[in-house]
Amino acid sequence: MRDDKIIICRCEDVTLADVKRCLEEGYTNFEDLKRQLRVGMGPCQGQTCSALIQREIAKFTHKAMKDVPIQKTRPLIIGVELRAIKDGAIDES
Amino acid sequence: MKANQVIIGAGISGCSIAYHLAKKGMKNIVVVDKSYLTSGATGRCGAGIRQQWGTEANCILAKKSIEFFETAKEELEYEGDIEFKQEGYLILATDKPELDRFSKNVKLQNSLGIPAKLLSVEESLKIVPYLNTSAFVGATFCQTDGHLNPFKMTEAFYLAAKRLGVQFFFFEEVKEIIVENNKITKVITDKHEIDTSVVVNAAGGFAKEIGDMVGIDIPVFSENHEILVTEPIEKIQGPMLMSFTQNFYCQQVPHGSFLMGRSTPNQVHSHDISSSWSFLDEMAKTICHIAPKIGELRVIRQWGGSYNVSPDKQPIIAEAENLKGFYIACGFSGHGFMFSPMTGEIISNMILNRKNEISPDLFKLNRFSEKELNAVEQSVV
Repeated sequence: MRDDKIIICRCEDVTLADVKRCLEEGYTNFEDLKRQLRVGMGPCQGQTCSALIQREIAKFTHKAMKDVPIQKTRPLIIGVELRAIKDGAIDES
Repeated sequence: MKANQVIIGAGISGCSIAYHLAKKGMKNIVVVDKSYLTSGATGRCGAGIRQQWGTEANCILAKKSIEFFETAKEELEYEGDIEFKQEGYLILATDKPELDRFSKNVKLQNSLGIPAKLLSVEESLKIVPYLNTSAFVGATFCQTDGHLNPFKMTEAFYLAAKRLGVQFFFFEEVKEIIVENNKITKVITDKHEIDTSVVVNAAGGFAKEIGDMVGIDIPVFSENHEILVTEPIEKIQGPMLMSFTQNFYCQQVPHGSFLMGRSTPNQVHSHDISSSWSFLDEMAKTICHIAPKIGELRVIRQWGGSYNVSPDKQPIIAEAENLKGFYIACGFSGHGFMFSPMTGEIISNMILNRKNEISPDLFKLNRFSEKELNAVEQSVV
């Protein structure tokens, strides 16, 4: 199957070909790929793509997967509406 | 190894300085960063660019920088998309005294050629229809303000600088700067020793620590400013919305997400960039008050970044008075991204002994010790 038909990040429609092109350009850590391609920035927060990309980085840099850091995990765990956060807030003022 | 200049920091300022120096013919320039490209404040910023300021110095920096951004894609021969849009900043006044202050700001901005104007509540609603009309009494708007993607803009400077021969060392940390007989002789990193007589401190949140390495006390501090992003939706908002008294900024980026941030009152001075529940809570309350419709959006991520703050909320762009060859570009107080073209222009001219159009006195390091301080910038979130 062609690399440009393989979707690595479903949130942002990033293909394996996109990832490989960025690796070739010298962006060989997850944080760089995230900023170039938006992988890990969509609603799933990298839950789908991070292991797939970690494997591509490991292959490209000849490292073990365990030695390839993935993106920083940030809150929130799932998407929450702003007004739900507001309504649930305790107003201490 | 040897270098003519060592630039510390590969954020937008360091990359712009490297590009401007190389473009003016300098060879053998090295940029050192302790992490990846845009890993510091640049990659964490709110992606806005504006000219609506309350001090002359900030207005001029901003205006000339936007003129650069308007042709940056061509000038830097960048193949990607810097996502530049000029749909304005709509800055809300929440009471009469603030509106009066804005009126003075607009006069200053207009006198410098910045096309800002005062708007009534009704006129503001024509630009952003879903504003809560009881939340503000008027606004100012400048169409040529807007948005720019920080990752892509920095990459554009970075790639252009690389093509001109600049070397970038990532994941490499400056440990020591050697000064002998009041002259810089060497920069020592955890991987190289670089002989050089010129160092540019563009270290953002860590600029003070770099100053300390050469015994120069830079009167800046770092503090965490938090920000969040929502899920992307179809385009509903053109301009950046902002209020100083309500303490927020909020824009829809071309990708469709809304970015919004606010400052934390009485924030401790530190390098902390963690995310807090209280920010999320306050941000949600603020935006639901100003624009209830935006409250329907889901937050997908929040993060923090360092503002590097100077006493008058305006940058230090200078050669140290007590150490020739030590150049400083810091203290942008949250606005280093939008001023970056001018930062590169001014520092490169200083290094090459060329005259700058804008008076360097406005940005000199020792201005804070003088009796007459610059006007302090009030238009800051």
